[in-house]
Amino acid sequence: MSVRVEHLGFSYGAHQVLHDISFEVDEGTLVNVLGPNGTGKSTLFRCILGLNHSYSGKIFVNGKDISKLSIRERAREMSFIPQSHKPVYDYAVLDVVLMSSGAGSGAFFSPKKAHIDRAYEALERVGIGFLAERPYTHISGGEQQLVLIARALAQNASTIIMDEPTSALDYGNTVRVLSCVRQLAEDGFTIIQSTHQPDQAFLYADKTLVLHEGDVLAYGPPKETISAELISKIYGVDVEVNSLYDDKVRVCVPLRELERK
Amino acid sequence: MLFGNVFPIQPFWGDQEAIIFFNVRLPRIVLAMLVGCCLAAAGAAYQGTFQNPLVSPDILGASQGAALGAAIAILLGFTSFGVSVLAFVLAIGTVLLVVLVSQAARGNQVLTVVLAGVMVSSLAAAGVSFAKLVADPADQLPAITYWLMGSLTSASLSDIKMVIVPMVAGLVVLFVLRWRINILTMGDEEASTMGVNTKRLRLIIILAATLITAASVAVTGIIGWVGLVIPHLSRMLIGSDYRKLMPASMLMGASFLLLVDDFSRLLTTAEIPIGILTAFIGAPFFLYLITKQGRR
Repeated sequence: MSVRVEHLGFSYGAHQVLHDISFEVDEGTLVNVLGPNGTGKSTLFRCILGLNHSYSGKIFVNGKDISKLSIRERAREMSFIPQSHKPVYDYAVLDVVLMSSGAGSGAFFSPKKAHIDRAYEALERVGIGFLAERPYTHISGGEQQLVLIARALAQNASTIIMDEPTSALDYGNTVRVLSCVRQLAEDGFTIIQSTHQPDQAFLYADKTLVLHEGDVLAYGPPKETISAELISKIYGVDVEVNSLYDDKVRVCVPLRELERK
Repeated sequence: MLFGNVFPIQPFWGDQEAIIFFNVRLPRIVLAMLVGCCLAAAGAAYQGTFQNPLVSPDILGASQGAALGAAIAILLGFTSFGVSVLAFVLAIGTVLLVVLVSQAARGNQVLTVVLAGVMVSSLAAAGVSFAKLVADPADQLPAITYWLMGSLTSASLSDIKMVIVPMVAGLVVLFVLRWRINILTMGDEEASTMGVNTKRLRLIIILAATLITAASVAVTGIIGWVGLVIPHLSRMLIGSDYRKLMPASMLMGASFLLLVDDFSRLLTTAEIPIGILTAFIGAPFFLYLITKQGRR
């Protein structure tokens, strides 16, 4: 069991964001967290990552209660891939990847040859080894996102948390990034990722966790979980869920547009 | 002459020249390099921890705090040693106050530190103005004004002895932590998921940078702009990676201040306080920086 959340509750002041969240994630599983804006996806991630402290309930990563781990120990168990953003200073791509290499080490750590090799390896693995020497701010948004994935890989933690990694990317980059993430799950990483697109869950995820108003509405394989009723309930739009290629993939199509055609 | 102490070289210089060299020139050279090194290193460290390329050692109120300390000491008729000590104490005190205020305040820590720094600085500046107002215009007022302009004229061996320990201690801390500053510039939460205790690291870096700033300001008065300009020049030359940027800033700061001090001594027959010269170089550079950033 890679990640286990038990009766998690969290509130910002008087506003209760998460009520009673429980779920378990097996090793090597890609879980897609689905839910409308403001439903607590980011809050859930912040709790798992140890950035929100005053939650109720328990969170275990690789069997360890994260509230009892130090910052350094937590970084050994899991890594985080944020949405790509422009840093204040311009680093070489390799230097950005190297930042995670001291995750489990002491304060006076500085990257050695072995860490640099590992960083190159991580860049090769996501397919952008040729960018290593380029300045991070001069590459495309999709490439930046891949660099951040490589950085998480170089951190050498078995669990990876991603907060809407593709929300700012164009279609091509979205496909490239998600297919890279899918491959990592095949390779044995446990990945929890939030998304706004039900179609992405059908395409890439092993399981879908549906959050609605601070509770788990459904949790299971995408095909069993995502239905027209569920989409209508959480997003307030009526859709038809269609099956393609002998049910290899499914897509959601808004009903209104179908009627218009 | 330097080697004459170690190697058996026949002295071709007189005793008087030796005294001037060892007691006046050499301390001044060493102090100029030390102070330049410290201010530039502190500036680079602050720019990293606050993720803001426009901050400098002055932002945390260290300089103004030191100025207030010096002004009070001069008013009370302390010796130059007493002036340095009080300047040092108040510089540290001001920064502690800024850090405490910013931690008590809610919200974006980076922003609150800068805001608190500006506020506490202006408070200290008001104190300095008041000290000037009540100072004796015949001797105290010129002394305060001259101190505020910053100068290496009075550099002596005892000055160096007083500041060398805190300076070296602070520089060593910044040097060994330099790679971690890279991670800090990505933002607190990201850094934290990469195993960095951001609160503690930031506090240590701020304390070390402030220690060396306060030590510098205490013996030389306010020499502005070095801490802003040098890290930027270094960044242009060798990039943003703090593994290289920190030592480069230290070396360039030391060379820069030594060079400017030579100019301040030789440019005119009377010596120009070095703080004025660094401002003449620094302020236009700052403006250039702003316009360049706007274009990018």
